[in-house]
Amino acid sequence: MLLTRLKAGGPAIAKQGILVAFIVFMIAFSLMSDRFLSADNIMSVFRQSAIIGVMAIGVTIVVIGGNLDLSVGSMLSFATVLVVDLHDKIGPELAIPVMIMATLCLGAINGFLIGILRLNSLIVTLGMLSAIQGLVLIYSGGQNVDIADQSGTWFAIFGRGAIFGVATPIIIFLGLALIFHVIMTTMPFGRRVHAVGGNPTASVFSGIPRSRVVFMTYLISALCVAIAAIILGSRVMGSQNNVGQGYELQVLAAVILGGTSLLGGSGSILRTVLGVLMLAFIQNGLILMGQPYYTQWLVTWAVIIVAVWLDVAAKRGRLFSPIA
Amino acid sequence: MSDAHEPALRLKGIVKTFPGVRALDGVDFDVMPGEVHALLGENGAGKSTLMKVLAGMYQPNEGQIIIAGQPVQMTNPIEAKAQGVVLIHQELSLVPEMSAAENIYLGELPRKSFGRVDWKTLEDRSNTILKRLKCRFRAEATVAHLSIANQQMVEIARALTVDARVVVFDEPTASLTDAEKVVLFDIINDLKSQGVGIVYISHRMDEIFTLSDRITVLRDGTYRGTLTTAETNEDEVTRLMIGRSLDLSRNEAAPNFGDTMLDVRNLTCTGLFEDVSFTVRAGEIVGFYGLVGAGRTEIAEALFGLRTPTAGEVWVDGAKVEITSPRDAIALGVSLVPENRKEQGLVLQMNCRDNMTLPQVQDLTAGPFVAKGAELAIFDQYREKLAIKTPSWRQATAVLSGGNQQKIVIGKWLSMKPRVLIVDEPTRGIDVGSKSEIHQLLRELAAQGYAVIVISSEMPEVLRVSDRIVAMYHGRVMREFDISEVTEDKLVQAISGIKSEEPA
Repeated sequence: MLLTRLKAGGPAIAKQGILVAFIVFMIAFSLMSDRFLSADNIMSVFRQSAIIGVMAIGVTIVVIGGNLDLSVGSMLSFATVLVVDLHDKIGPELAIPVMIMATLCLGAINGFLIGILRLNSLIVTLGMLSAIQGLVLIYSGGQNVDIADQSGTWFAIFGRGAIFGVATPIIIFLGLALIFHVIMTTMPFGRRVHAVGGNPTASVFSGIPRSRVVFMTYLISALCVAIAAIILGSRVMGSQNNVGQGYELQVLAAVILGGTSLLGGSGSILRTVLGVLMLAFIQNGLILMGQPYYTQWLVTWAVIIVAVWLDVAAKRGRLFSPIA
Repeated sequence: MSDAHEPALRLKGIVKTFPGVRALDGVDFDVMPGEVHALLGENGAGKSTLMKVLAGMYQPNEGQIIIAGQPVQMTNPIEAKAQGVVLIHQELSLVPEMSAAENIYLGELPRKSFGRVDWKTLEDRSNTILKRLKCRFRAEATVAHLSIANQQMVEIARALTVDARVVVFDEPTASLTDAEKVVLFDIINDLKSQGVGIVYISHRMDEIFTLSDRITVLRDGTYRGTLTTAETNEDEVTRLMIGRSLDLSRNEAAPNFGDTMLDVRNLTCTGLFEDVSFTVRAGEIVGFYGLVGAGRTEIAEALFGLRTPTAGEVWVDGAKVEITSPRDAIALGVSLVPENRKEQGLVLQMNCRDNMTLPQVQDLTAGPFVAKGAELAIFDQYREKLAIKTPSWRQATAVLSGGNQQKIVIGKWLSMKPRVLIVDEPTRGIDVGSKSEIHQLLRELAAQGYAVIVISSEMPEVLRVSDRIVAMYHGRVMREFDISEVTEDKLVQAISGIKSEEPA
């Protein structure tokens, strides 16, 4: 039944699957908990999802370009520790640009190894995941960092502030999503990323500087991590050495839930936003239902597997296939 | 009928169709025990398809396969092998990390209890086979460490693990040296004397006349006849291969050439092509004809900046140039419609318009945005000009027919207003109707003053579109023909490496 419907629905189902699932989850949770759909709860879910969300924007672009970025988790630890630590040493107006530059350097290393030297992105960024974590520990000497004067700094605006009653993290997240959505859908750069991810060989045969395009996707990913670190550092006003640990998987989960193909060439930032929110609402709903946090892991895992399976099934028009 | 006159294998009325193409149209073929039967035909004549039907990789739509008098159905290569029919592939299909013995018995390793591999039996049997083939390496050797010729031997040894009735050799000498060929021919004669039927596919006339007892010719998927080798000659075979009707469709456009647009002098890319010189004038089509692997595509790739030549000069429109990347080539007005449109020409999941404007999307902007209007204008212009059939520019190129896909790629490069247009195998895998449309189109482009290079492995195609033909063999230019002086025989000789008496 499902099989025939998938065939008939084809790409339409594949495109709308995430939206349908999102609505189903929202209805189910709102039936189970009164608080779930309250304005307060919704706002808090949005705010909490902003950090994963900002990182997921960058990773979506990397994945559309045909690669992976698993280093964003420890890169977030690095950037957050750096900006918080420098805040008291050189002041926020210098700490922020210095941190951004340093994080971009890490992105440039990824971009160089994967874009220019054409090494496998899974291996490179997995290596960077542990290498950067090591770098953080060297930098901090194993100490956690924090900001001394937490109420007196304008740095608080990014994580704790609000503009017209909307929390700043939400504005940054959605604003950034909109900007990069426009870049990816209407600007030459976006077109090139899609082409390189969709068919690297044909892109080279069309005169597209494939190496440079891939390099740029990793710079963007690093930039997004740096922005996420500003929100995180500002909200917590301190940082543990391993604050970003495990974020890379949450981010990748959101990107996959949003329907971006891991094979590269297709994907959408606005749909990644949906994926981010869906993950966040599922986790929030489970908490409201009194489930312990480790239940979230299992449910998140199940949701991702089903999403990937349906995605693949829709593409090949059947649920099971011995080949391809 | 006595056993001796019963063919080891017989194919009757084989028809195989693919969407839009009739690859085999009622082909008959048989091979007697102890006979070498050569199968000949141009690229795309259906030889490989026929062999895949024989080996159980394709199912024929119509027709019968008869082995030793019994009609059989073979649904996969293992069944075919069980029937005693073994195919030795053109491309080696060995697992390089494994030993020769493991490759020889791949998929059917001798076992002991609990499924453990019986290594001793495996190696003993393999060494016996290798000895029979007079190989001087041991079965324990890792395949990756063997020479190409010895790898070929492993491939042949594979065929001998069963009592083969019929062994098919598909272009077996393509990667062998002359000395290694002698060994191969010995083996073939040896098999022959043991009563095995041999099917021998090759382009090389000299080999075919040395080895074979009979010759069957295919053209455009149809059976053209079977000749007894002792009673025929190269001319007759060539005529059968090419057919007469082609003379009618030769390019007869009145030459109206402009300045020399591309001048290639002694270009060399070591190991791929050597000392290649030619020129292309505006308004002229130069056809590059040769066998697969003669170095034609590699020349195109060098001119498009995808390969770095080791020596030689390239002049575009009277100026000496260095082309080190496709971007350089594009900037100089050199465009390449590549050989493999799905892998090199198109981003398949992308829509028609975006594919067409891909090389210039960076420049088609209004402010920071891609100028949608300009893009659509380009697409509409070339959709009309090339008669591209697609419901909308939003259509993903993956679902278009081969002919329309090719036109998208051609449109992509025409919209760059090139001075030199290189088209590699423009009609490969395209149905007959679209083929002639594309030929027409190429002539029109020449008439508009483009300098065009057409690389093709199909003789009718080169004859139809070219003003001049460069014949290549093994990375070298053998001869250059004017369309008015060329004959099929001379062309076939040139691309087979036969030196002609006349000076080039």
